[in-house]
Amino acid sequence: MTLDTVKHAEQTAGAEQPWKELGLKEDEYARIREILGRRPTGAELAMYSVMWSEHCSYKSSKVHLKQFGEKVPENDAMLVGIGENAGVVDVGQGYAVTFKVESHNHPSYIEPYQGAATGVGGIVRDILAMGARPVAVVDPLRFGAADHPDTKRVLPGVVAGIGGYGNCLGLPNIGGEVVFDSCYQGNPLVNAGCIGVMKHEDIHLAKASGTGNKVILYGARTGGDGIGGVSVLASETFESTGPAKRPAVQVGDPFQEKLLIECTLEIFGEKLVAGIQDLGGAGLSCATSELASAGSGGMRVDLDTVPLRDSSLSPEEILMSESQERMCAVVEPGKVDRFMEICEKWDVIATVIGEVTEGERLEIFWHGEQIVDVPPRTVAHEGPVYHRPYARPSWQDALQADDANKLARPANSAELREQVLKLVASPNQASKSWITDQYDRFVQGNTILAQPEDAGMVRVDEESNLGVAMATDGNGRYAKLDPYAGAQLALAESYRNVAASGAKPLAISNCLNFGSPEDPDVMWQFAEATRGLADGCLQLGTPVTGGNVSLYNQTGETAIHPTPVVAVLGVIDDVTRRTPIAFKEEGQLLYLLGETHEEFGGSAWSQVVHDHLGGLPPKVDLERERLLGEILISASRDGMVDAAHDLSDGGLIQAVVESCLRGGVGARLVVPDGLDAFTFLLSESAGRAVVSVPRSEELRFTDMCGARGLPVTRIGVVDGDTVDVQGEFALSLSELRTAHEETVPGLFA
Amino acid sequence: MTARIGVVTFPGTLDDRDTQRAVRVAGAEAVPLWHRDKDLKQVDAVVLPGGFSYGDYLRAGAISRFSPVMESVIEQAKAGMPVLGICNGFQVLTETHLLPGAMLRNNHLHFICRDQKLRVETNSTAWTADYETGQEISIPLKNIDGRYVADERTLDMLEAEGRVAFRYLDMNPNGSLRDIAGITNAAGNVVGLMPHPEHAVEPLVGTGRTDGLGFFTSILKNLVGAR
Repeated sequence: MTLDTVKHAEQTAGAEQPWKELGLKEDEYARIREILGRRPTGAELAMYSVMWSEHCSYKSSKVHLKQFGEKVPENDAMLVGIGENAGVVDVGQGYAVTFKVESHNHPSYIEPYQGAATGVGGIVRDILAMGARPVAVVDPLRFGAADHPDTKRVLPGVVAGIGGYGNCLGLPNIGGEVVFDSCYQGNPLVNAGCIGVMKHEDIHLAKASGTGNKVILYGARTGGDGIGGVSVLASETFESTGPAKRPAVQVGDPFQEKLLIECTLEIFGEKLVAGIQDLGGAGLSCATSELASAGSGGMRVDLDTVPLRDSSLSPEEILMSESQERMCAVVEPGKVDRFMEICEKWDVIATVIGEVTEGERLEIFWHGEQIVDVPPRTVAHEGPVYHRPYARPSWQDALQADDANKLARPANSAELREQVLKLVASPNQASKSWITDQYDRFVQGNTILAQPEDAGMVRVDEESNLGVAMATDGNGRYAKLDPYAGAQLALAESYRNVAASGAKPLAISNCLNFGSPEDPDVMWQFAEATRGLADGCLQLGTPVTGGNVSLYNQTGETAIHPTPVVAVLGVIDDVTRRTPIAFKEEGQLLYLLGETHEEFGGSAWSQVVHDHLGGLPPKVDLERERLLGEILISASRDGMVDAAHDLSDGGLIQAVVESCLRGGVGARLVVPDGLDAFTFLLSESAGRAVVSVPRSEELRFTDMCGARGLPVTRIGVVDGDTVDVQGEFALSLSELRTAHEETVPGLFA
Repeated sequence: MTARIGVVTFPGTLDDRDTQRAVRVAGAEAVPLWHRDKDLKQVDAVVLPGGFSYGDYLRAGAISRFSPVMESVIEQAKAGMPVLGICNGFQVLTETHLLPGAMLRNNHLHFICRDQKLRVETNSTAWTADYETGQEISIPLKNIDGRYVADERTLDMLEAEGRVAFRYLDMNPNGSLRDIAGITNAAGNVVGLMPHPEHAVEPLVGTGRTDGLGFFTSILKNLVGAR
């Protein structure tokens, strides 16, 4: 086969090219020809096709994501914003924190273990590429129905993959979620988040500048795995028929990644790099074009110098390969020797594959012959932008009219008791410790809080006790009922979780999981959710630092629930002041913060008891959320509460049961005046938390709430070994523990 | 002058910095040791920390055991220098035959991370002198290849010679024979265990317990007392 060089492309303008098979649309192919003034070479076509894929180019979502950059709250913590590998915020004392959440949904359905493992690997490299030491990971996961046979294939594989990779990197897994819903049956959501810590002066960016600087590829050799991987897989809908796509999933080697982390941090420590980029989706196509596009000048790469696992790979395949555990650095010539020494110390293969050039072209050669000659911005940053049509779905009104508040409620106390027990044992509300115990939460020795706490928290500085916290939340059921409110509820819950732990929310990242953008219904959900989130962030003062969009989460005509997942990052000046969820001391008083209304739309109760989804989600009041957050943080800092737990799905009773089981102690609850027991226990009104207050602090605490106008209701006391709702029913801790803890192992162990 | 305790880093070691911190919390000086380096830098004792050295490829500890630093560690251990192997470090010690037996995949085939209760079965080792024999402690356990096995004769010998150093209490988390969580050599200077004492030295982090600190204070007293 003749090499398709630039010269050859010029001479064979009419040659047939597989643009369609590579996922390009006809007008996109025409635009490439227009940009280049000729047909692209095979290598160029490969680069454009992966970089212009939905996954890499955000072509359908871009016009909506713009809001995150426009509706920016005043926040002086932001150091690096959207567009880099990950955003960076100032957490004080000279420290900066970088964090991000990404999706690895499609690969994880095809090959659960490797899909999930490489999802962890990818997000960790993003964080590393910013100059930070990764210090923790979180994993928001969504699966099909818990009792569906395919969930038994997907879930154990995903969990083992996250554990197998993350545990081997030495990163504590401190949070995340596990949600079951049949809407995710053919499209599980495997999102992965990572937090990294650095000093301000260590922030690195992905750009190639300085003519003559060397481009060094280091880490694993390049293989044939993941060709047309995350970029292409994640850019189309699964069909029920067609060939297995397993070879498109990358294969991870966490040991190599661990070496890459330590090696890179040592390289950063000696200030040896001018620019750096990890290789993830779209591999070398992405790294070279993004580095060259963001910097000044061009880049020349000799592709035949790339170390290979399989010497038969073609240049197109090398450019498209998504082999894991690779990084690309731009290094001044005088620093190359030292760079290589450090790589040798860590047994990491490093190769100079090119250099920064004058001019503005990205030029790639294969054994001396030119196969790529493109303006890099057209590959990396000036891809197609679609204004996809969207419209409120025709079924939305009927869905909202199907009011969950009108569903049959328990007729008596015995029935209420039975439904509560059913709820805490339901797969979504049950303990996930069988899953999270497969992740190392102790490594690095800085873990202050980890699942099942409201937020994960790690210590950043051993001397000052500065720490950071993170929570991830999302509720696809709420978002289905109202995507605008659903996105804000995800933000509110995550914000509340961070505040409940005692940390001050600073900024957010998000992972927006939706169906096909080619469906106007889905596109409307996406538009509404991004608008809701952007408005919400503006109101709460928490800027979006970056994130990820995963579209085409759809099997045939059926899309998943719109599922915006929000990760809020918070800072706490003194981790000794953190607040856990566990009720511990008998006699402490339980207070409910916030107001409870009859709000059952999208609730766990409506799902578990009636298998129902309809009506409106709980009302959002972000000013209330902010006030609640301030109260929780003050109470934490000043020692007024010993435990705090946010109220979300499952309502008050779910939160109380979790706090009781965590602390191994019971509670006596009294239904407050003006509320019926059912609404009190099971409504999912937002903006609420339950706290355990030492008697000595009661007055101070209630005075503070009163002075600041936060409704606060005394609802009971920590006591005994039952959860006793007075006048209604009692459930012993042992009965609750069995119900809550045996469900998940019963399904998957 | 305080004791100098070396902490070895193999490629893929994860708990080296945690172990150095535990050594410092106990009041000793932590000395980083590199796998390629035979020089033990005149340390008084060595800890082989946990992790996945060489990715646990081939078999946990099987490759690390041939690293240059281990040549010196084996030689010094035989001469009486205290050596503690934690988790992957324990696996390395069995691969070197400084300690008998081997670790297999957990009987439930999953990685498990939990706060684990143990009984200290002997305080006559260099690393357990600060505990009472029979004392119950809780420290984190986290591994996938943690099932201790040995032939019956070896197990009987370990029991008879009082060389079972730690036993799992309440539940056996991985199917280890005779609930063995850790063992010692006959001289008491080489100890290995699967759970992680270095993760339980500060009340603030992890499980909030400090039950693991005794390992490091034991060795400190042992070394300083010997001077």
